[in-house]
Amino acid sequence: MKPALRVITSGPATTVQDRGRFGFVDMGVPVCGALDGFAARVANRLVGNRPDCAVLEATLVGPCLEVLRDLDIAVTGARTDLAVNGRRQPGWTTCRVAPGDRIEVGAADNGCRIYIAVTGGIDVPPVMGSRSTYLGGKLGGMKGRVLQEGDLLPCAQGELLARPRALPWHPLYTGETWLRAIPGPQDDFFTSALAVLGASGYSVTAQANRMGYRLEGPALIREPGAAASIVSEAVVPGSIQVPADGQPIILLTEQTLGGYAKIATVISVDLFKVAQARPGDIFHFLPVTLAQAHEALAQWVAYLAWIDALLES
Amino acid sequence: MDRHGYERTRFRICGDRAMLAEYGEGVSLAVNERVRAMALVLDQERPEGVEGVIPAYRSLAIVYDPLVVGTQALQERLLEMEARIGRTRIPPPRTVEIPVRYGGEMGPDLQTVAAHNGLTPEAVVRLHTEAIYPIYAVGFAPGFCYLGGLDPRLHTPRLATPRTRVAAGSVGIAETQTGVYPSDSPGGWQLIGRTPLNLFNPARVEPFLYRAGDRIRFVPIDPATFASIRAAEEAP
Repeated sequence: MKPALRVITSGPATTVQDRGRFGFVDMGVPVCGALDGFAARVANRLVGNRPDCAVLEATLVGPCLEVLRDLDIAVTGARTDLAVNGRRQPGWTTCRVAPGDRIEVGAADNGCRIYIAVTGGIDVPPVMGSRSTYLGGKLGGMKGRVLQEGDLLPCAQGELLARPRALPWHPLYTGETWLRAIPGPQDDFFTSALAVLGASGYSVTAQANRMGYRLEGPALIREPGAAASIVSEAVVPGSIQVPADGQPIILLTEQTLGGYAKIATVISVDLFKVAQARPGDIFHFLPVTLAQAHEALAQWVAYLAWIDALLES
Repeated sequence: MDRHGYERTRFRICGDRAMLAEYGEGVSLAVNERVRAMALVLDQERPEGVEGVIPAYRSLAIVYDPLVVGTQALQERLLEMEARIGRTRIPPPRTVEIPVRYGGEMGPDLQTVAAHNGLTPEAVVRLHTEAIYPIYAVGFAPGFCYLGGLDPRLHTPRLATPRTRVAAGSVGIAETQTGVYPSDSPGGWQLIGRTPLNLFNPARVEPFLYRAGDRIRFVPIDPATFASIRAAEEAP
């Protein structure tokens, strides 16, 4: 298929992502997928795509793209100075582009992850059922790597919208974020440290990437006799592991097993907030029960359906 | 169940979409056998709402959709399955043979492992190929096996300085463990040989040759066999 976009500049860490690669976690192939599932989903809806179409995910600085065929595009997530042919365009809104147009996504001044959806979705060949890039395994997306200058991006066929769509508000990502977390799986290792986790702020360090966010704050001390290392077991996106130095790491979507004890797990609906945090931002942790987390998930699913209806009305 | 096994399965909460079922302490073949049996039964029955099962040494992570199946209901279902596995015939583990060319440029550290343990290189190869290795878990990288069962006479420390690139298929030893690198990567293991097989090929219908719970046996091969298997693996 004829490519739809040419990469003029890529930004430092722009990858192709869909909802993720499911079914191989037991073989060490992590799910990957868009870190901010909400922004990626809305971007797809803004151009009339199914929510599981592949989009571009940029970190801090977005790409500059040359348009090779008529397309609708939408840029969501972190706020940038999006411009088409030098003219400013709003984010979270459908924008029609034509061959020869130049899309400059720009740098994020609020939030961290930028999503770019295009009509039909980015159509790189699926690998094991997904177009998501797994950087650590060098597979999926654009040859398993970040985008480079000169890359030609294929897009699937799709209908251009009869009229543009817009999310009536633009989410802002605050520098201080509350993350709801469920104690465990090794909460018995951290009985007193759980109080520290709940009462302190933890700042995001420069070691923050798609694999995980290393935080800095009051050390989380294990109970006497509890080891830092455990027999390796599965980890999930949101697992807060605590190495021997007591500084927590929130794992994201590129790891499947781990050998450190985990004090708590960020609930699934709050993971997008982690994805949008930048080095220096502060996390606070709010302990919640499993029942509260499931209630939040049910509300979130209803909210997503409401947004779908809103965008299509 | 041996002394490592729990009387009663311990459930641990891993956020709102996963739980761990833990069957015992430490690293034990008997405990892992229980993990394997439960993984097999879950695979066959695929209870509604279960999205994934990740076996490891002594635990099984169950990823589920809590809007389809409640946590409590899922735990009860798992306990009910567990009660049944005592009465069900669980098929024995598969043993997957991995051909390995030992020594030479494929295994630059064979001599080091031999010298460290006061053995000849031939004895290292013999001990390494005599054992049958249980796959306790697969993770860290696609297809990377956490193997048990390395003969204590082969235990060798890691390299002081890790290599920046280890070729896919390299077979190594690090401390008490042996393993194979499924893909090119940096690494600090003592390399004793290499398999010509692609352990992981995302383009294959079955991208992997084994799964957690299977056993691995290494089979020594000569250079000609290595070359012919390699050629077949590289054929389009």
